[in-house]
Amino acid sequence: MAAPVILPVGGSAVLIELPVLASADTTKAGSTHVGASSANVPLGASAAAKPIDLYRALRATAPSWVTELVPAATTVLVVFDRASVGLTPLLAWIDRALSAPAAPSAVAASAAAALGSLVEIATRYDGADLATVAELAGLTVDGVIAAHSEQTWTADFIGFAPGFAYLSGENDLLAAPRRSTPRPVVPAGSVALAAGYCGIYPRESPGGWHLIGTTTASLWDARRTEPALLAPGTRVRFVPDE
Amino acid sequence: MGSSFSRGSGCRYRGVVMNSGTTPPNQAAWFDVVAGGPLTLLQDAGRPGYAHLGVTASGAADRAAYTAANRLVGNRPGAACLETVFGGLELVVRHTALLAVTGAPAFVIVTRAAGSADKGEAATEPCIPAARETVVPTGYSFTVWPGDRVRLVAPERGLRNYVAVRGGFDAEPTLGSRSTDVLSRLGPPAIAAGDHLAVADEAGEWPAAESIPPRRSIDGPALLHVTRGPRDDWFGDSGWQTLLSGTWTVGIESNRVGIRLGGERRIDRLPGRGGELPSEGMVAGAVQVPPSGQPVVFLRDHPVTGGYPVIGVLTAAALDAAAQLRPGDSVRLAASVASNVSAAD
Repeated sequence: MAAPVILPVGGSAVLIELPVLASADTTKAGSTHVGASSANVPLGASAAAKPIDLYRALRATAPSWVTELVPAATTVLVVFDRASVGLTPLLAWIDRALSAPAAPSAVAASAAAALGSLVEIATRYDGADLATVAELAGLTVDGVIAAHSEQTWTADFIGFAPGFAYLSGENDLLAAPRRSTPRPVVPAGSVALAAGYCGIYPRESPGGWHLIGTTTASLWDARRTEPALLAPGTRVRFVPDE
Repeated sequence: MGSSFSRGSGCRYRGVVMNSGTTPPNQAAWFDVVAGGPLTLLQDAGRPGYAHLGVTASGAADRAAYTAANRLVGNRPGAACLETVFGGLELVVRHTALLAVTGAPAFVIVTRAAGSADKGEAATEPCIPAARETVVPTGYSFTVWPGDRVRLVAPERGLRNYVAVRGGFDAEPTLGSRSTDVLSRLGPPAIAAGDHLAVADEAGEWPAAESIPPRRSIDGPALLHVTRGPRDDWFGDSGWQTLLSGTWTVGIESNRVGIRLGGERRIDRLPGRGGELPSEGMVAGAVQVPPSGQPVVFLRDHPVTGGYPVIGVLTAAALDAAAQLRPGDSVRLAASVASNVSAAD
């Protein structure tokens, strides 16, 4: 079984890479391409199955010298204040998070619950690519709407633009690639699918994802206390809006 | 230069006493912008802590020059400066202020207004011109008076200058920072002719120095130190050596997000590394290698995640130096062994 590794990222960050999962379940896949660099630091067995789980464990216990925690598809980037911490306490903290017991402490549980809050997003299924997605999935348009709205999505990480969450689903019924030609303008609030994820465009931008619907929810507002509606770990249900 | 004020409880500028607690007459207009130059942005220490929400830290591209500018006018760390490229910025002063310009070696031309500054001297010297120019090199603090015109000349080499005012430039902060993030489009818009610049309340202790020594100038290609990893294993020793050998040329498509390095050589992936890397967190200074084999160095407005493997990361000093590179400049990269996390402790 592949172990997580820590890769150096300059003088004040490390990248924690988790073994790639075969699918959304907890079965661990075989070895990945880690460990080739002599700088890699192998770690012990991990209880955290996905980067988002490790992110939650790290976030719940982050010391003040941690400046950024960035979850992604297979990794969590840790940026720290080099002047305030050395490598040994940094690695010790990461190791504790990696080997966090399955039953989390009360503190971790409450933090995880807060991070994993459920957001309902009223959605009009009127996207220009709805028929294409139905064809790719071998479903009817109604079938696409049902598949999309009858599962809970989880924000694995945020990227591309402020507040743009990469939402992973409970199944891969709606697997669609990126469009071969990106659109120069995708309206804000567009609900879209690509590369195994669902995303909602927080504002107008170019975009290459398949558009299936629209929402009036405000995904990003820098003036709010919580500027992003969807943070890593947030769970999402799409509610058809007639 | 810069000796025309005295230190004390109230700030005294040649007879103009400004009590630190007094609200200026028109907070919204301390300077009028005559010209913004090619690009002038407000920048401070950035907004770290939001990368998990898709917001990069941003902030001054050349952090050492930005910090020095604030220190020269006695600002608290984190006060906002103007970050401007290739000179051309021109301001008219409305209220007496202490300024400093740092960064790329350049000059500031201060055109003194008739009858405003040095009034006493002018009265005893009837032949003095109605307006006269003072030339201030970068690295010095200097006082300006109402009506003075301040113009930044394009740097001899390098790209970015930082203009600090005692108190710091003001703007509505976004997520705790006045920085403009050109990638995420957060923060105030670029400074343009007709704008009025306000001064904030970020003044600290009076500065200990009125000048800083100029940066050591190096003839020939700029030298950037880089630590290895995290994805150097995609390219092997041969790819790493390709990065470090010879010179690269800074591409025209370079901005606060990153600079492109072009050259005769390409950094090839090892056989079996043909697939795509799942997107992962990025840092400023990351040296990404796209399939073209021509590296991209991320600066302060880099995307928070990226899908091309990062062969190495610039040191903090090299990141500042990279922010001063112009399109067409030659660059060499050299391995840094001291700053890598794995070599710490």
